[in-house]
Amino acid sequence: MTPLLSVQGITKRYGAHIGCADVSFDLYPGEVMGIVGESGSGKSTLLNCMAGHLRPDAGSVVFDTRGHGPRDTVTMSEPERRMLGRTDWAFVHQHARDGLRMGVSAGGNVGERLMAVGARHYGDIRDKAVDWLERVEIDAGRVDDRPTTFSGGMQQRLQIARNLVTGPRLVFMDEPTGGLDVSVQARLLDLLRGLVRDMGLSAIIVTHDLAVVRLLADRLMVMKDGLVVENGLTDQVLDDPQHAYTQLLVSSVLQV
Amino acid sequence: MIDLSNVSKTFTLHNQGSAVIEVLSDVSLTVAPGECVALTGASGAGKSTLMRMIYGNYRAQSGVIRVGGVDLAQAEPREIIRLRREVLGYVSQFLRVVPRVPTLDVVAEPLRAVGVGSDEARTRAKELLAQLNIPERLWSLSPTTFSGGEQQRVNIARGFAHPYPAMLLDEPTASLDAANREVVLSLIEAAKARGAAIIGIFHDEAARARVCDREIDVSRFTPGLSSGSEAVERYNESAA
Amino acid sequence: MTPSSEYNFAYLDEQTKRMIRRAILKGLAIPGYQVPFASREMPMPYGWGTGGVQVSAAVLTPDDRFKVIDQGADDTTNAVSIRTFFERTAGVATTTATPEATVIQTRHRIPEVPLTEGQILVYQVPIPEPLRFLEPRESETRKMHSLEEYGLMHVKLYEDISRHGHIATSYAYPVKVEARYVMDPSPIPKFDNPKLGDCPAIQLFGAGREQRIYALPPYTQVVSLDFEDHPFEASKADHPCGLCGAEDSYLDEVIVDDSGGRMFVCSDTDYCEGRQAAGHRGKDLGGKDAA
Repeated sequence: MTPLLSVQGITKRYGAHIGCADVSFDLYPGEVMGIVGESGSGKSTLLNCMAGHLRPDAGSVVFDTRGHGPRDTVTMSEPERRMLGRTDWAFVHQHARDGLRMGVSAGGNVGERLMAVGARHYGDIRDKAVDWLERVEIDAGRVDDRPTTFSGGMQQRLQIARNLVTGPRLVFMDEPTGGLDVSVQARLLDLLRGLVRDMGLSAIIVTHDLAVVRLLADRLMVMKDGLVVENGLTDQVLDDPQHAYTQLLVSSVLQV
Repeated sequence: MIDLSNVSKTFTLHNQGSAVIEVLSDVSLTVAPGECVALTGASGAGKSTLMRMIYGNYRAQSGVIRVGGVDLAQAEPREIIRLRREVLGYVSQFLRVVPRVPTLDVVAEPLRAVGVGSDEARTRAKELLAQLNIPERLWSLSPTTFSGGEQQRVNIARGFAHPYPAMLLDEPTASLDAANREVVLSLIEAAKARGAAIIGIFHDEAARARVCDREIDVSRFTPGLSSGSEAVERYNESAA
Repeated sequence: MTPSSEYNFAYLDEQTKRMIRRAILKGLAIPGYQVPFASREMPMPYGWGTGGVQVSAAVLTPDDRFKVIDQGADDTTNAVSIRTFFERTAGVATTTATPEATVIQTRHRIPEVPLTEGQILVYQVPIPEPLRFLEPRESETRKMHSLEEYGLMHVKLYEDISRHGHIATSYAYPVKVEARYVMDPSPIPKFDNPKLGDCPAIQLFGAGREQRIYALPPYTQVVSLDFEDHPFEASKADHPCGLCGAEDSYLDEVIVDDSGGRMFVCSDTDYCEGRQAAGHRGKDLGGKDAA
């Protein structure tokens, strides 16, 4: 089987400081991978390098494109990479305001990606937007309301709908449940699990919340100081951590 | 179906003076389809550890753990996940689910994961919940708020939803009343009858005698049941 | 009136006019593309047509006949002062008759009388970037233009329909030029949009504060953006002109008293006067053309 995403030797430096160094892994279709580590461990830098938001200093990010098979997205042309970003890739930001257009209605937010790939029938776009609002459990009656009138959890669900409407195959998520109430987090996690299963999505989730990765991720990568210190099956890494840092991380979580 | 040879396990506690604890060494065992094998031995002998290793939850230091042709000691995460989805079921003592998900969906999920349609999966889930005497009014609620016995039965329903060819059962009859204990034992017997290879931990001796074909005393794989074992138990609990 | 000897022809120095002409030529070569230029301080405030004035200064020759309209009218303060400005600094002839003019500077209108080859229409542009209100980052909008990522423009129209039931944008209605660049046609009413395309005259757009020039060479394809199920419509007030009875011209609504009395008149004063001179009378002049 061809990996959906094959990351080889990704390195990003900020001057003398290392963002992330020599990260390699393969992600297969339908797999959900978590990346955990404390602030400054390089997990967000890595995510941004993979998603094309940052240019790595070294390494390749090979994506199995629909049309042309495996292509290195680091060296492909910017229009191609941006096109991937609107079609086969999705990016869910920690703060919904970074991923939404706050001055545009919920329907317009969801419809934007459709219009970006050429949809020109208002009725169809609106029907799809309504359908997606319902799939993320937002009342269809809110389709013309702006996200500024939504709660934090609703904004995050709207961001997910906006990202998934074009049927992407790979979703990058940066702390998708960060900053939400615990009760809202649970609902969002359940929603994400269902969508990942039903759409056969692959996902890379960056978070510092071990409970989130336990519920969402099949496999886990632990980062410290820009390096991957351990990776494997999520429950194995969490229940039988091999590396000193992972042991510390796991044992530091407060038990409820 | 389940085939272990020369499997050993140590824990290295890096943050406690790098203490190395040997838990199991040189485990070899085989379980055939339709067979149910009980793991026995004193508390701390490593029964749960061994079961977790067979499930891929703990990593083996050496040896081969083969389930349905896959070596869990070497397999890629996605292979283990596929194995767990299709081949290898596990009923643990603790229910771990996403909060707020209705019981019915919790039980139906293993079927949904292997591609069974939503309605069919729910129908099967309803059968199992009814069989295990979970009142219907609870089906739409999350099991996180249930009593210990109810949670255990939801866990069993979930574990038996999909007909796995291999199953691991950790104290499936603990904290159950006589009627529900009987239901669980008949579920195990039915699984055996359809050819499932089963490994179980049963403190309930009568249950063990009824469903198990043979017993394996895990303490014979335990290198000098020493001061280490308590630390391991403690460690295991904190990890669980 | 003679040109004041203190000024170079048409106020700007020759180097500056050359720089602006280069920007105009580049704009003509890439229809709809916004060309940056080093906009100069002009003796008038921003918003009064500094971009249009610089473009006019760069294209005027001593033989030209110059016309200025503001919202279609030749006689408003802005139109009069710009016309006077070039009378004094360039000494060019001026006119109010559209067919006689060789260079027409306009704010917010295209004349009703069809333009002809050899004419130049210079637009004053307040905000040249059509994507501005949805994407405030200039770095990002430039990238969107260069990569032809125009989905956002339709988001704006989508919002219009979702809020009003139809595309309510009635001026500065975005267009796509030669199937490539999306362009803001300046705040002309969308009634004028169909006149942008396939026009025999040269159309130049100058934004002084924003330092951008863009252009449509003669006979350029210009398409107003729309949805399949909400097609573009050039709309106007559903009345004939109260003065000349014209039914095909863009109308201004004029409040005539304190008790809600109003009339609709051609916004293009030259067109209206021409029709009146030819004997047409609207209902407010008691004419037989009255509806």
